[in-house]
Amino acid sequence: MAKNLPPVWNKIAKHAMMPETNHDERARYNFLASLNKHLAHVSQGNKMAYEKRVEPAFKAKNGRNIASVEELQEAISKDSHYQIWSSLRRSTMEMRQQAGRSIVLRQAEELRDKAEGFNKGKSTLVLDPNCKVPEYLLAVDNHLMPGSYHTELIEGDVTPAANYDSGIFVTTAGLLGRYNDGGGKAITSWVKKTYPDFAPKRILDIGCGMGHNVLPIARAFPNAEVIAIDTGAPMLRYAHARALDLGVTNVTFMQMDAAKTIFENESFDWVQSTMFFHETGGKSIYKIMNEVYRLLKPGGLTLHIEQPQYTNDMTLFEKFIRDWDALNNSEPYWSKMHDIEPIDLMQASGFRKEDFMQIGAKAENDLDDGTQKAEEPEDHGRSPIWNVFGAIKN
Amino acid sequence: MIDHIKLASSKSKGKRPYFHEDPAVERVLNITMAIAGELAVMRERMDTMERLLEKKGLVSQEEIDAYVPETKEEETQRQEWHSEYISRVLRIVQQEMEELENPDKSIADIANDIDKM
Ligand SMILES: C[S@@+](CC[C@H](N)C(=O)[O-])C[C@H]1O[C@@H](n2cnc3c(N)ncnc32)[C@H](O)[C@@H]1O
Repeated sequence: MAKNLPPVWNKIAKHAMMPETNHDERARYNFLASLNKHLAHVSQGNKMAYEKRVEPAFKAKNGRNIASVEELQEAISKDSHYQIWSSLRRSTMEMRQQAGRSIVLRQAEELRDKAEGFNKGKSTLVLDPNCKVPEYLLAVDNHLMPGSYHTELIEGDVTPAANYDSGIFVTTAGLLGRYNDGGGKAITSWVKKTYPDFAPKRILDIGCGMGHNVLPIARAFPNAEVIAIDTGAPMLRYAHARALDLGVTNVTFMQMDAAKTIFENESFDWVQSTMFFHETGGKSIYKIMNEVYRLLKPGGLTLHIEQPQYTNDMTLFEKFIRDWDALNNSEPYWSKMHDIEPIDLMQASGFRKEDFMQIGAKAENDLDDGTQKAEEPEDHGRSPIWNVFGAIKN
Repeated sequence: MIDHIKLASSKSKGKRPYFHEDPAVERVLNITMAIAGELAVMRERMDTMERLLEKKGLVSQEEIDAYVPETKEEETQRQEWHSEYISRVLRIVQQEMEELENPDKSIADIANDIDKM
């Protein structure tokens, strides 16, 4: 049997907000998931090309080794394997956006109406037209998603979230599970196991997006009041409708900037973020962490699921290839954020060094039926293995 | 109503990186990959059709896999299709060869020529 097949797209869970797809649209997603997986394997060739061709040629010409990521970039950019891999990967990511948008934009009104059906008159969705989209989100369309999380092509638009929900399967080749919530599930299990007596009354999720990762937390603590904030109204409308359809009613979705929330000091037991900080900005990241500190009760817990951390013992090549996505899949702040040590970020906000923690987390994947067990080369883009950092506030 | 076809293919913010010396290579590759995708989509649709035909007891997948042309005419029709298809896809290569064999004047030169005719 072939190894490492991504699951077919129709395995992902259907809920009322999931856009309708026809045969060809599903097939297109299947093709792109396989192509993405293929390129993750082919990317191993970059290392080979680097070691066998690029480095020796540089040495022969300059009489010394490549000394910086910049020199490496300059040298490898002329290598034909690197060139074809890069253009194929870029093209795959652009096609993924095109495929998703072609599905959701043709049914923008129907999706909007479905969301309104769930959302109308509910106190658990609080939109604020005066909430400003942070300037770092206006500066770039993260992961090549035209219009980012906030743009509304029609009034009451939810298509950015519908596109995200239906297509994240492609970029992760199905490794996040049927509800794309492998990250939220992993963190919930870890918290339950590590702090069996922890009974949070109020939980805040910042940058919740379409809400997929906050739902496992809300389910695990059904008596907790969960608040999920985001600046993108389309994300929140979709997230709220999706949560209600999936039977989760203890989450309030609010449009709010995480750097300046309206909540009182020391009013949360747990502040969570998932894949959030690497899409913020160099000043905002500190402001947001200050806010996290302010909002946490003494003894409260904060955890942040992030992209794998850079370490000093990484080779130049590893550092370089990890930045590939940051720059060429438009996640620019990711290329800067790894210069900040999480512990320094947290200490700058008042957390104590001895309360800092850092763990690894792997997505809990309910789609895994054994066909994915084969040796998986690390995909430097969207690997489901993350770095989690956080602290208890004391 | 929004122009969903045009908007689906919108560009995202930020200058697009090009990885080959000649941007034309990148352009052609992107078009080729899009077609590769559509071929996969078509193949999946055919697969669905074959399976449905089989489920309804009309034609089995074995029959399809085992099928070979039965008459000389069927053989010729198939091979002709292949030949024409390949020629269509590789048109530019053939034309470059013809040009090599028979170096041509530019159309501007021909215009000047004709002007004197
Ligand atoms: C990559 S998504 C992550 C979504 C989700 N947490 C997940 O698990 O995938 C980042 C989200 O953060 C939101 N965001 C970015 N900066 C924000 C801020 N300052 N305040 C609130 N939301 C923000 C964006 O609108 C976007 O929906």
